[in-house]
Amino acid sequence: MDTIRNVQKKINPKQMLSQYGTLFGLVAIVIIISIMKPRFLAIDNILNLLRQTSINGLLAIGMTYVVLTGGIDLSVGSIVGASGMFAALVAKSDYNLPWYVAVLVGFSVGLLLGTLNGVIVSYLKVPAFIATLGMLSIARGVTYMASDARPVPGLSEGFLKIGGGSIGAIPIPVVLLTIVLVICYISLYKHRYGRYVFATGGNAMAARVSGIKVKKIVCSVYMISGLLAGLAGVILTSRVTSGLAQSGQNYETDAIAAAVIGGNSLAGGRGRLWGTIVGFLIIGVMNNGLDMMAVSSYWQLVIKGSIIIIAVMLDSLNEAKS
Amino acid sequence: MKHIEKSFHSVKVLNDIQFSLKAGTVHALMGENGAGKSTMMKILAGVYKSDGGEIYIDGKKVSIDSPKDSQELGIAMIHQELSSIPQMTVAENIYLGREPGSKLFMSYTEMYKQTAQLLESLHVHINPKVKIGTLKVADQQLIEIAKAISFNANIIIMDEPTSAITDKEVENLFHIIRALKEQGKGIIYISHKMDEIFQIADEITVLRDGAYINSWQAKDIDNSILIKNMVGRELNEVYPKIKVPIGETLLEVKDFSLKNKFENISFDVKKGEILGFAGLVGAGRTEIMNSLFGLTPPDTGEIRMDGKAITIKKPQDAIGYGIAYVTEDRKNEGLILQMGVGQNITLASMKELQKLLIKAKEERKVILEQIKTLRVKVNHPKQLASSLSGGNQQKVVLAKWMMKNPRLLILDEPTRGIDVGAKAEIYKLMCEYVDKGNSIIMISSEMPEVMGMSDRIIVLSNGQFGGELCREEFKQEKIMSCAVSKI
Repeated sequence: MDTIRNVQKKINPKQMLSQYGTLFGLVAIVIIISIMKPRFLAIDNILNLLRQTSINGLLAIGMTYVVLTGGIDLSVGSIVGASGMFAALVAKSDYNLPWYVAVLVGFSVGLLLGTLNGVIVSYLKVPAFIATLGMLSIARGVTYMASDARPVPGLSEGFLKIGGGSIGAIPIPVVLLTIVLVICYISLYKHRYGRYVFATGGNAMAARVSGIKVKKIVCSVYMISGLLAGLAGVILTSRVTSGLAQSGQNYETDAIAAAVIGGNSLAGGRGRLWGTIVGFLIIGVMNNGLDMMAVSSYWQLVIKGSIIIIAVMLDSLNEAKS
Repeated sequence: MKHIEKSFHSVKVLNDIQFSLKAGTVHALMGENGAGKSTMMKILAGVYKSDGGEIYIDGKKVSIDSPKDSQELGIAMIHQELSSIPQMTVAENIYLGREPGSKLFMSYTEMYKQTAQLLESLHVHINPKVKIGTLKVADQQLIEIAKAISFNANIIIMDEPTSAITDKEVENLFHIIRALKEQGKGIIYISHKMDEIFQIADEITVLRDGAYINSWQAKDIDNSILIKNMVGRELNEVYPKIKVPIGETLLEVKDFSLKNKFENISFDVKKGEILGFAGLVGAGRTEIMNSLFGLTPPDTGEIRMDGKAITIKKPQDAIGYGIAYVTEDRKNEGLILQMGVGQNITLASMKELQKLLIKAKEERKVILEQIKTLRVKVNHPKQLASSLSGGNQQKVVLAKWMMKNPRLLILDEPTRGIDVGAKAEIYKLMCEYVDKGNSIIMISSEMPEVMGMSDRIIVLSNGQFGGELCREEFKQEKIMSCAVSKI
């Protein structure tokens, strides 16, 4: 077995580049921006950047699970809106309810909508694209109805801390994101659940023959995505200090972008969590950096779109070579 | 082809190969998996570019840089895996990319007419207007051949054309090959099946480990010389069957029926026994095993294990009762190709390898153990399953199940597309396994294999029970007559 160990120690520079290409990309972007705008590297800017990024981060992590099974969740933006709105309705300071009740309501709405997605995709066999496209519309409609399309301001102090507060110097959303990342890392790499997710996306039939409950796994990834969207919705509502029916609109784009920039194959079975982290950081750094450089938001859209295409292009060129 | 060389990632896979094909003959190319046959043919088909050497056609030196070059030189390759588009009709598939008609509009009338003529010339009776997906595999194969001929190819490469078709269909294929010979076409025929080679080939070339070994006239050599040259050693016992005392009944299946698949099938398998399942392709053998394993539960029927009635509604149930299933199609049903070898091996045993979290050390240990006992050739347990040869992939699937120490192992075509050496190893593993008092059900379409390894054979015919033979009664003719009895 000596040979087996030796091979492991060998490091191939080409392989390194393909493995860590996106990470090098992130570092390059950070260097370029900080040369042009040195203030970019200031601690308060970094913390602010991370706070801004945490919402997309949560969505991108949920998206990673879904994408690993070969699915897609287009409804996360609407779930952010719905869960944020229902949390806001409960968190009004007039009701005098503790902050965690509103949080629980937000979570529950996210989990419920995610579960609906999961059941429709796995047990009712509707393609993920269609099922979650439908949910995108349904959840948004429900959000408008629940709020009569009016903002819901006047939220309780405790609730507002979730998005705006800090523990020490670290913003609470960043703390939450970190906790979620640790749990997700364990579930994907240290627990058999993750193995089953990869196997299901890689070859559902082989997974089933191996005794894996494939339908349950598929259903569960949408539940996770929904739950994390619920958390993101709570944070967003708290940050903007009122429930807005249109909040979270188009958030699915950045979440999907982060997942694919991170090297997760939309065909399923191939991907990595740290890639997603690099993916949402790239998007966050770009948003923040381009704002600082006063690049027009229209150009920002063009640049972001190009980055998505280039990242995936490099990835598939690499894949084709090996 | 002269002095052909090819390397992948600085590993030489072809070294100084030579090969010549005469017009109007069939030249068989043989060798174990990984010997370089497919690589060499892919060079000829323009899929790969050779690193060195020359190729001559009709005495003229040619260079083949792309599949298009190859096509223009009159070379057509019929791949092991079918490459037709199932939703399109026969004619559409044959003329895909070169539809007859004017620049703007294609002419369906012309296309169907030409297709009908083409199929007629091959004595293939298939309607050009049916969708490819509705045809049998054998017929799809014939369409592929027709397509190759429609390119006016003079050199036709067939890579294991009979791996998925029945004996009768093989006869039909050979008929066509002989007709092609008479038209002066040259055919390169790759196959692992010895009897076929001697039936159809004029010349035989053997490759081993990427090197040219020798070429012969087919009439000058026999089976054993050929095997010896392929493996570089004598395989005196191809079927290492050992006598194992047969014990009590382990599993009984009674009156299994599934609509349009099989009807009233009953059988039992005893401890220490290898029960063979023979029959023609499409006789319902795989479908019965899918039902037994809980993939597609039967409409009616019961299962007993150790005399007690059990219910199997999903694969987890079957696994819980100690049943393991190595499916026919290892790429689509057996392996997660983009996962590492190690993770594939432990996939069905993760519950045992986890307390709160995965026991990484223990997992690594058992993976290395399995790799060693099954002699899987890998550089590293993290190597992707997709990078292994067929034989090694099959061993990985076996390893996955062996880890669970199942009491009953169901093997569906366990050695399809696997080279002679790996085959022998799998047979040996099977014998060792039943020697421990376990049971095996083996579906096989290869007569010598099913007769060589089984203690008892159940023959299915058209979804029905066709007959049962014990080892003393094994005879190819008998099995065949049972297999066609209900058609």
